[in-house]
Amino acid sequence: MTTIYRKSKGLQDVPMHYCPGCSHGIVHKLIAEVMEEMDLIQQAIAICPVGCSVFAGSYFACDAIEAAHGRAPAVATAVKRTHPNQPVFTYQGDGDLASIGAAEIVHAAMRGEHFTTIFINNAIYGMTGGQMAPTTLLGQRATTAPGGRTKEQAGCPMRVAELLSTLEGLVYAERVCVVDIPHLNQAKRAIRKAFEKQMAGEGFTFVEVLAACPTNWGMDPIGANRWLMEHMAEYYPLGVVKEV
Amino acid sequence: MKRAVILSGFGGQGVMSIGKNLVEAGVEEGLEASWVPSYGPEMRGGTANCTVILSDERIGAPLVEAPTEIVVMNRAALDKFEPTVTPGGTVFVNSSIVPDPVSRTDVKAVYVPCDDIANELGNPKVANMVMLGAYIGATKALKRETIESMIQTMFAEKAPQLIPLNLEALARGIACGEGT
Amino acid sequence: MKREIWKGSEAIAEAAIRAGCRGFFGYPITPQNEIPEYMSVRMPAAGGVFVQAESELAAINMVYGAAACGVRAMTSSSSPGVSLKQEGISYMAGAELPGVIVNVMRGGPGLGSIQPAQGDYYQATRGGGNGDYRTVVLAPASLQEAADLMFEAFDIADQYRNPVVVLVDGLIAQMMEPIVWKEHPGRPLPEKTWAADGRRGRAHNNFVTSLFMDAPDCEAHNLALLEKYKAIEANECRWEELMLDDAELVLVAYGTPSRVAQTAVEHLRSQNIKAGVFRPITLWPFPYARLREIAAQPQVKRFMAVEMSTGQMVDDVNLAVAGQKPVAFYGRCGGVIPHVSEIEGAVLAAWKEGL
Repeated sequence: MTTIYRKSKGLQDVPMHYCPGCSHGIVHKLIAEVMEEMDLIQQAIAICPVGCSVFAGSYFACDAIEAAHGRAPAVATAVKRTHPNQPVFTYQGDGDLASIGAAEIVHAAMRGEHFTTIFINNAIYGMTGGQMAPTTLLGQRATTAPGGRTKEQAGCPMRVAELLSTLEGLVYAERVCVVDIPHLNQAKRAIRKAFEKQMAGEGFTFVEVLAACPTNWGMDPIGANRWLMEHMAEYYPLGVVKEV
Repeated sequence: MKRAVILSGFGGQGVMSIGKNLVEAGVEEGLEASWVPSYGPEMRGGTANCTVILSDERIGAPLVEAPTEIVVMNRAALDKFEPTVTPGGTVFVNSSIVPDPVSRTDVKAVYVPCDDIANELGNPKVANMVMLGAYIGATKALKRETIESMIQTMFAEKAPQLIPLNLEALARGIACGEGT
Repeated sequence: MKREIWKGSEAIAEAAIRAGCRGFFGYPITPQNEIPEYMSVRMPAAGGVFVQAESELAAINMVYGAAACGVRAMTSSSSPGVSLKQEGISYMAGAELPGVIVNVMRGGPGLGSIQPAQGDYYQATRGGGNGDYRTVVLAPASLQEAADLMFEAFDIADQYRNPVVVLVDGLIAQMMEPIVWKEHPGRPLPEKTWAADGRRGRAHNNFVTSLFMDAPDCEAHNLALLEKYKAIEANECRWEELMLDDAELVLVAYGTPSRVAQTAVEHLRSQNIKAGVFRPITLWPFPYARLREIAAQPQVKRFMAVEMSTGQMVDDVNLAVAGQKPVAFYGRCGGVIPHVSEIEGAVLAAWKEGL
């Protein structure tokens, strides 16, 4: 019998709780595959956020630590510095990273901490039910901006990869998405590169994934991916933002 | 035996280090000892003071309301602390800086021209060592030999050439204290 | 053994390193800056990790991270900074992570003052963070005890997998006293099989978390924590009794006020007033049982709690004494240290009232 597909060993054999069309499951899989291909599962330590991916530690096969909301980069700083030869990554959403944890991510990047952050930007608070995030687009509806986000009321959305790229400690930042196979493959290459640079001790590495949240966007999965490419990718351009 | 000393003066006059020297020597002689710095806005510049307690029993309160001795290196210190000295206690005045006499009659006054003596010895920095000597000479709270060997240890590595100077400053201070 | 003269903050830091602490994460705040300053040099030399964090929030979460992967770690701060750390302390308690938090208390609330105070007693003993949890609270009154208790703090934290707070007032941190570096053989401690430090062949992954989505699971977790807290209450209570054998009046105080009370009692005894000092060393668990026994003794007439606050520990004294004898209170606050004469005066006033 020929194996055509199998689940990555980087994931535990448990069902995930994510909604249909959500990008989290795909990104988990990509990280898991990269860990497996680089033979890092036995060494890696994942730092999970508060948000939809709060259970990521029950999905990844590597060791994992749940962090308080926004504090994953602080937790990861201590983990990596006390275990400098082991791969460490944080997996954070936009509310977690760009809002409540803005200070932690900026300072981890400033210090050039040798861990990788996978930033899931779906322009909304997912788990709490569709509230406005710092990355919510102008005009995009949220339960706390039912008429759509306005510049006057909430300012313009934050381009985190560009913001962090101004810091010397960040050596690699790329923005990717997983809407189709070519983009998914590119996302996996970016995650792998980030891990490689981390293991080479180059500095802080950052992969921003534009992600779909059909449930809170009020769309079907295909429509969500289309909206992501038409609107999010326009404001948040895909590609390498910085590479040293 | 229990002595409670408040040492006060301008920052840089070495009152903190005289206090530390007393604690070091006290510990060397097997006493209990505590040192508390002035704590508050005065921490940064201005008047500095510290409280030293030497005792042959466990030390309770590390701060005192009625010190057995005060060491005043400037005028403000004399004004502030003279009223607090326990009757029969001693006021050590750096008479090079403080022109005023001690007004109380129920305490002993020891006038030490610390800066004049230090200048005579060629190094103004040893003014505090002169005062330490005066304290030892007048109170006999600690042995002269303890302080001398402390000076030897203190400067042995970093500046051995300063040992004779400090010993001389100590001796001049002791003479000043003993003569009272 | 040789007595060495140390400054409080530095003795606390050095003791932590000698106790095997290999992660220090802090943020500047007066009056405890000598701790991170000392650690910035000494910790790397000891092979550990020092990070000046971007905030107290980040610092406690770094402690959380280091603890989660099995490293002995600590942070230090002063009152307003410790308020910010409460989130992380609650998460550590929830995730059952060991760690030590030193709070060098200053006046409050808000920015308050930078002088020594004890206004954080409630916060430390009742838990300033969310949820049903406890932190062990150790309150040294001398530098020797501060140094010794740092070893205990890390051992207790590791044994029970729970954060331990070392609560001192600013005076203890700023003063100098002689201390002896004793041998601390320590206690037998469980292996950290739960640590998320990489599987390295382990059959399963370790996931350190404080999240329990289902209420019955969360309740079971809380009840398991409760059992642990009961064990701590049974095993870890510490206190000191000074001149209590024949005491008719019992002063209860911790930290600096306990020292002032000691001197006041010496003065009172010279006036034929039989006073003594009961000094809790663990503020949680509070030595209720012993204090209750003392309250039951017929010669004991009354109690007086002395604090550098408007009256917080006095609540625990009342819980212990349970109405058997009257409990009075004397306190100074906002950074003011009570004088010996004030305590003497308060005791004499209470004494006259009671006789």
